[in-house]
Amino acid sequence: MLYEFDGSVEKGRPEVIVFPHTTEDVSRIVKLAAKYQVPVVGRGAGTGLSGGALARGGGVMVVFARMNRILELDLENRRAVVQPGVVNLDITRAVEHAGLYFAPDPSSQKSCTIGGNVAENSGGPHTLAYGLTTNHVVALELVLPDGEIVRVGSRHGDAPGYDLRGLFVGSEGTLALVTEITVKLSRRAEAIKTLLAIFDAVGDASHTVVEMTARGITPAACEMLDGWTLRAVEDYIHAGFPRDSAAVLLIEVEGLIEAAESQAAAIAEICNSNHAREVRTARDERDRDLLWKGRRNAFGALGRLAPSNYVLDGVIPRSKLPEALEKIHETGKKFGFQIGNIFHAGDGNLHPIVLYDPRDKEQFKRAIAAAEEIIRMCVSLGGALTGEHGVGMEKNELMTLLFSDADFDLMRRIHDAFNPDSSLNPGKIFPLSKGCGEIRVRKSTQSSGARR
Amino acid sequence: MSSTVSLPLRLEKLLGGGRVQVSESVLQTFGIAGPAPMAVLKPHSPDEVAEIVSFAVAENLAVLACGSRSKLGLGLPPSRYDLALDMTDLRQIAHYDPGDLTVSVDAGMPLLELAKVLGAKNQFLPLAVPFPATSTIGGAIASGIDSVLRQQYGTARDFLIGAEFVDGTGKKCKSGGRVVKNVTGYDLHKLLIGSLGTLGVITRLNFRTFPLPESRGAHRSTFPTLESALNFHSALLKSGLPFSNLELFDAEFATLLAASLGKASGARTSLGAGGWQVVACFEGSVAVIHRIRRELMERSGRMQALSSESIDSQPAQQLEAAFREAFDWLRRAAPSVALLRIVLPRIASGDVPDLLNGSQPPLQRSAFTLRACGVAYLALLADEEDAQANAALEREVTRLFSSAAEKKASATLLHAPLWLRERAGVWGAKRADFQMMQRVRQAFDPHNIFAPGRFVGGI
Repeated sequence: MLYEFDGSVEKGRPEVIVFPHTTEDVSRIVKLAAKYQVPVVGRGAGTGLSGGALARGGGVMVVFARMNRILELDLENRRAVVQPGVVNLDITRAVEHAGLYFAPDPSSQKSCTIGGNVAENSGGPHTLAYGLTTNHVVALELVLPDGEIVRVGSRHGDAPGYDLRGLFVGSEGTLALVTEITVKLSRRAEAIKTLLAIFDAVGDASHTVVEMTARGITPAACEMLDGWTLRAVEDYIHAGFPRDSAAVLLIEVEGLIEAAESQAAAIAEICNSNHAREVRTARDERDRDLLWKGRRNAFGALGRLAPSNYVLDGVIPRSKLPEALEKIHETGKKFGFQIGNIFHAGDGNLHPIVLYDPRDKEQFKRAIAAAEEIIRMCVSLGGALTGEHGVGMEKNELMTLLFSDADFDLMRRIHDAFNPDSSLNPGKIFPLSKGCGEIRVRKSTQSSGARR
Repeated sequence: MSSTVSLPLRLEKLLGGGRVQVSESVLQTFGIAGPAPMAVLKPHSPDEVAEIVSFAVAENLAVLACGSRSKLGLGLPPSRYDLALDMTDLRQIAHYDPGDLTVSVDAGMPLLELAKVLGAKNQFLPLAVPFPATSTIGGAIASGIDSVLRQQYGTARDFLIGAEFVDGTGKKCKSGGRVVKNVTGYDLHKLLIGSLGTLGVITRLNFRTFPLPESRGAHRSTFPTLESALNFHSALLKSGLPFSNLELFDAEFATLLAASLGKASGARTSLGAGGWQVVACFEGSVAVIHRIRRELMERSGRMQALSSESIDSQPAQQLEAAFREAFDWLRRAAPSVALLRIVLPRIASGDVPDLLNGSQPPLQRSAFTLRACGVAYLALLADEEDAQANAALEREVTRLFSSAAEKKASATLLHAPLWLRERAGVWGAKRADFQMMQRVRQAFDPHNIFAPGRFVGGI
């Protein structure tokens, strides 16, 4: 039961769950599964939001919880070699004494694992300045569907040949299982300034983001919470978000003291010229932690308001932010939902949240329809289906909005070059409606993937 | 051939008159160390590229897409080379959204033209690679040539956000998109970077752009020994100061750099003063520049530099440009040159002295520079092209390949006479993931028509 779910609205039931300790264990499991033509799905902490770690075709679930060791820390050259079950934040905890950290910071970083981050190419608030997981991975050890153990990339991150680690990071477990990851460690900035800008109109907040981008200011992070969301957060966390405001921007700048101070001043000026009611600066680390706690626990806060919530993940060009927020509001009205917005505004990565009751089938259907309309809107504005959660089994049918038959043909050839029988994580990324080959996978007698 | 009508005529039928060149003099300018194509085609659109590739598949002709042809010498000459695609007529900006800091540009656009468009909006693409006046954006990406701004902005894989290309079945494909954050589908565009035209014909590239820095600066220090220069280099890396580039180089490199600067600016410099030098380049606001300058003067004084100087914005820019062109002037620094690019996993260790210690007479000259990101260039300079000098070059290149392998470094022969590339190899021993690369190649180009044999391991 437990492994039937993840953080998404999907479900899929595995038939067997295994907990390997070593890469060789993984290889043996995969060989055995191949012998009996059973699908294999890798899973970290199960915090994913697109159904990537669900056993859509039944079969064997390989849970990496026990492969959770940090194998090597090379602080001098800023590298860490870790097993896939290591929790994201634990890498930072292991190196922070040396002024280093692991930059990708998904909201679930206290529980999500690096293996899952690699599979989904996870992001986080600080992706804005530092990039996604792929920008921080230099080498991988992989187990292919036939059990072969291979290594791609190199410790220095500059191996000759095709950028294979770039292909495997974000391939959502459909090409190989990742059994070891070498990551880059980043150096903590000398100065960090965290600002909270408070607005009486959502439009003013979104125009602030547009103007900041247009003026070439790239903060380390720039998060937006709309009024409805921030009130829910404030009731739960008491982070200091003013309950009567329409939106807040949580903006962070980093760098040398001189750079951070001048950027913070420029940002404050832009906020004020866009009618910010107030711009606060965190006075110390405690202030900063509290503001971020409000942001990171926002989904949990919203969880108190309804039996379930559906966190979407779409991307738009940043200049279209005001228009997109307006359209999300209209979609909410049309489908009868209050849709909250708490998202990475600086890179146009939207996370509209639809609160619903999964026991009410009709309401659930409406929630799915509203979500699809929002994702279609993102694409129509020149955006993408997903900025950091992955396609998984949530959006595979929507892939046709972006990709042509020729694109699918090539992606399918790449898929088949490594996973020819679709035995690894079947039913993900590719639209089943396009007859993309998943029929070759034996259907489980259990659930073959359904929405909760 | 599948028809009795001559190839040029069939190609002209495909593209129309005037866009198929078969004269020997033109074909030679598209040649690669010997092999020259049978025809040079100039497509005007991605659709025409797709038609040409489909034609090539049907006729089993090998294809190589070219931009300005400034880096055709990279890798090995293809084993088959029938059609050259001159991509320079695909040179439009497809989308430029300054407010989003993204640009989508056709593959044949010269870097300088792109820089002008972006510069008008106070933005730029941090791809500081050689030959910006002529080099096309498609060539810069397909060659994977280094950018000197890598320390601050990363490599192309960090700011290339999408691509359109024609695959080896003649279909127009795409990957990524035009937004700065996107995990939709496989990141196929990353595979195109540095693939030397072996996966597809790039027709359009989408990038994240960056604001032009307010100001630039540089600092130069001279040290008596490699060890003391490495200590300084290492201390700067740990300082947390943001450098756009950090180069540590020997006296020979300094002499060549000074000559390059002298030509470019007419300025005389004191670079040729000998010893080991460290040049740090940086950019930012005036306050940031001031702060970094001050700290560098203090640090170089503390670490007993023989001399130190602060370099102003304008000459700093000239210096950065000279480093950018090192690929070009190093390979022309002697009658016979082997230019190696070595990426070290551990630059703080003794690996650098180990690499350099082997150089033996009669190979009397070499020029070396190490960048902050662990990328080193070592040019072995032979003033003669006789048997003795050739043997010495080959010995030294072979030694460096094996020394690099021992240190888990990567070595690539960026430039060398063809005989040496063929004998010593371009990439050293085959990597363990070679078979995985073959699978990728086969998926992109199932008929093996894109520059076969040019890339790693003879893919």
